[in-house]
Amino acid sequence: MSLQASITLSVGRIGAMALRYLYLLRGSWPRILEQAYWPTVQMIMWGFITQFFITNSSWVAHATGVLLSAVLLWDVLFRAQLGVSVVFMEEMFARNLGHLFASPLRPYELVFSMLLISLFRTLLGVGTAALLAIPLYHYSIFDLGLPLLAFFANLLVFGWAIGLLICGLLLRYGLGAESLAWASIFALGPISGIYYPISTLPGWLQPVAWAIPSSHVFEGMRAVLFDHRFDKELFFDAVLLNGIYIVLGMIVFLWVFRIARVRGLLLQVGE
Amino acid sequence: MTEIVIDVECLSKRYGSVLAVDEVSFNVQRGAVCALLGANGAGKTTTIAMLLGLLIPTSGRITILGEDMLINRYRVLGRMNFSSPYVDLPQRLTVEENLTVYGRLYGVRNIGERLRQLGSDLDIASFVKRPFRILSAGQKTRVSLAKALINEPELLLLDEPTASLDPDSADRVRSFLSSYQASSGMTILLASHNMMEVERICTDVMIMRAGKIVDQGTPQGLVARYRRSTLEEVFLDVMRETGEGDRNRKAVALP
Repeated sequence: MSLQASITLSVGRIGAMALRYLYLLRGSWPRILEQAYWPTVQMIMWGFITQFFITNSSWVAHATGVLLSAVLLWDVLFRAQLGVSVVFMEEMFARNLGHLFASPLRPYELVFSMLLISLFRTLLGVGTAALLAIPLYHYSIFDLGLPLLAFFANLLVFGWAIGLLICGLLLRYGLGAESLAWASIFALGPISGIYYPISTLPGWLQPVAWAIPSSHVFEGMRAVLFDHRFDKELFFDAVLLNGIYIVLGMIVFLWVFRIARVRGLLLQVGE
Repeated sequence: MTEIVIDVECLSKRYGSVLAVDEVSFNVQRGAVCALLGANGAGKTTTIAMLLGLLIPTSGRITILGEDMLINRYRVLGRMNFSSPYVDLPQRLTVEENLTVYGRLYGVRNIGERLRQLGSDLDIASFVKRPFRILSAGQKTRVSLAKALINEPELLLLDEPTASLDPDSADRVRSFLSSYQASSGMTILLASHNMMEVERICTDVMIMRAGKIVDQGTPQGLVARYRRSTLEEVFLDVMRETGEGDRNRKAVALP
């Protein structure tokens, strides 16, 4: 088979899996609603907090929308991670992995389809909240301009990396590890410096914070909002770290997939 | 010369101290309908999972449609398929959506036409718009068979194809499999507990016990050799010869 034919078939299989997840979304309006529900609730809550701080805190008053930007960008990371791990859990709940991997679908093709659908879910969820913030609080995160794209891409990729690591754990330990999919991202919250500078953290914790891409993104966001400059160093550090984490995430997932084939886990997973 | 579709040599699978499949060797010729018979835990499902590439053997070699499954399985997975009551299709997707997704995964051209054909052959056309989860066991089995035939496979692996079906539904599935196999010439390897089913649709039988193939032949040949009147009696003779679970017993000599 020619390389071009192989790539065409591979893209077709990735498309088939993306279609599978879109069918799932299409068939359930609560699922569609859920994509936008939490980002919107968060945005509304932090919008009110911002309004309060504007009159009561000089720090926030210096940069209108810093909290709203933070909460929306945090949701990019959260949705991206959840988009990957929840989609994988759907296959485990459905006890469908045996059928999938008895087909010509390669593990990396499943990974790409999960990333694709995660991007879609993140855009749907966070995009809705970001658009609603414009009429509600007269604040548009899109005013961040091109740096927004850099922040979004970095948080998306970091969310994917964590999602893949969690998928590996789910495959290895079964749905008993389900709570990790929901809870793990919150462990990163305090050290990501979402609502405060990393310098606020205790000295011993700061190196840990700088070892994850999200802290560079949120510092970068504050640099844009407070100093009106795009900090390239923070951006490239985040890109470098993301490169490491996403490769690590893929390696772990594919490694655990092989373990699953040795231990017969692909036929055993389920509710 | 008859083409060998499945060629298995010294296949073993060990889980820690448990030897699930023990140095199994067999081959299946093109167009055969071959049964793997055995009690629960005999190693049938494990063997099928290894043939599908879902499970990596501890040792041994598997060649399917001329390709080494441990090295080149993606070259042949598109030419085979499988169905098992223990592996579900996504519950929330409709029958049509499920079959469309699998049609695409297998690179089927003109999926709509294939769905119409299968809908008619398997009598599932009336409920293709329904979610898989609300179907009866018989309907689910037919849909799973439709998924297994979506790519017109040369080799079909079936794990207990009529498990949990009522006699009428089971009979319909067997009739369909027989006629489809006769018209398509595909090769079938099925794991089953159902002796009547095996006698009816299979050309060859392999009996597994404690991870080994302990006897094999045609259904009629085995019945004659054991001087019994049914395959079920043969099966009971083989199972009770030295007691189940005795993994150190001497295997019955193969013919």
